[in-house]
Amino acid sequence: MAAIYSLYIINKSGGLIFYKDYGSKGRMDTNDSLRVASLWHSMHAISQQLSPINGCSGIELLEADTFDLHCFQSLTGTKFFVVCETGTQHMEALLKVIYELYTDYVLKNPFYEMEMPIRCELFDINLTQVVQKDRVALLGR
Amino acid sequence: MQFFGGSEISPSPPTPTTTTGNNAHMIYIFNRNGVCLLYREWNRPLHTLNPQQDHKLMFGLLFSLKSLASKMDPTSADKGNLGVPQLPGQGCSFHSFRTNTYKLSFMETPSGIKFILVTNPRTSDLRETLKYIYNLYVEYVAKNPLYTPGTPIRCGLFNTAVDQYVRSI
Repeated sequence: MAAIYSLYIINKSGGLIFYKDYGSKGRMDTNDSLRVASLWHSMHAISQQLSPINGCSGIELLEADTFDLHCFQSLTGTKFFVVCETGTQHMEALLKVIYELYTDYVLKNPFYEMEMPIRCELFDINLTQVVQKDRVALLGR
Repeated sequence: MQFFGGSEISPSPPTPTTTTGNNAHMIYIFNRNGVCLLYREWNRPLHTLNPQQDHKLMFGLLFSLKSLASKMDPTSADKGNLGVPQLPGQGCSFHSFRTNTYKLSFMETPSGIKFILVTNPRTSDLRETLKYIYNLYVEYVAKNPLYTPGTPIRCGLFNTAVDQYVRSI
C-alpha cells in the first residue's frame, strides 16, 4: 500500500459526498471536484454500454501517464475512487478498508442522511489513520 | 511525454507478453474530428447500440476521459478547465482502462488519430502494440495515394495486416 493523492466518494446518483486531497499539486476547488465526480459517474456508466461482453460492472482501473485511478463500486451503487501514483499495488484492498470505515462510521451513524455529504468526525479520524499508516509503511513520511 | 521518441519506425513485430490466442475483441480508429476511420470486430457477443451510436459514444467517452485525466492530474499545478479540448500531447492523457469484462487501450498520435483496442481484461500493457498498428496505418493507409484523409479506410491490405497482427497478440 502506498500514499494516495486523493479520495472521492460518490453516491448512487453521481453526486460527490466526500472528497479529500492528500497532496496533489495545484488546487482543485469545490466546484471542480463536483464536476469531476459527476463526470466520472457518467463515464463509469457509459463504459458499461460499450462492453463487448455481458455483465460489465464499469471501470475498475484507469491508467494515465502520471497517475492511476482505482474505483470500487459497492452493491448499492456508491463509488469509491482513489487517485494514486502509477503502478501502486493493493489499492483494491485499501478501497475495501475505506468501504468498511464508511459502513461503520457513516451508515451506522443515526444522524447521517443517505446520499448527503459526509460530515462524520469519526469517519474522518479513522480514514486519516488508515491513510497515514499506509504512507508511513511504504514511504516513511 | 506521451509520444514515441526513439522507437524504430519499421513494422517489425514487438513481443508483447500476453496470453496467446484470440485476445482482441475489436479495434476503432478515429481522426481528430470524430470520424470513425476504421472499426473491426473479431469477437463481440454483445452489441448494445447500433454502429453509428456506438462509434459516437466511444469517441465521446474517450474525449471526456482525456479531459478528466488532464484535470485530475496530481502532478501538474496548472490544470485546464473541464471540457476544454486538449491538443494531442498537451496535459496528461490516459492510456488504458480496465473493467471486469474488457480492457481498452488508447493511443493518440500527434496528428490526432486515435487508436483504440478492446481486449480481454488480463492483457498486459498494449502501448507497443498500438504503436505497431500505427506503423501499419502509416505504411498501408497514409502512404496510399488513393486514400483521402478524413474518410473511412477502405484498404484491403491494411485490414488483412491488422487482422493478422492482432491474431498474433
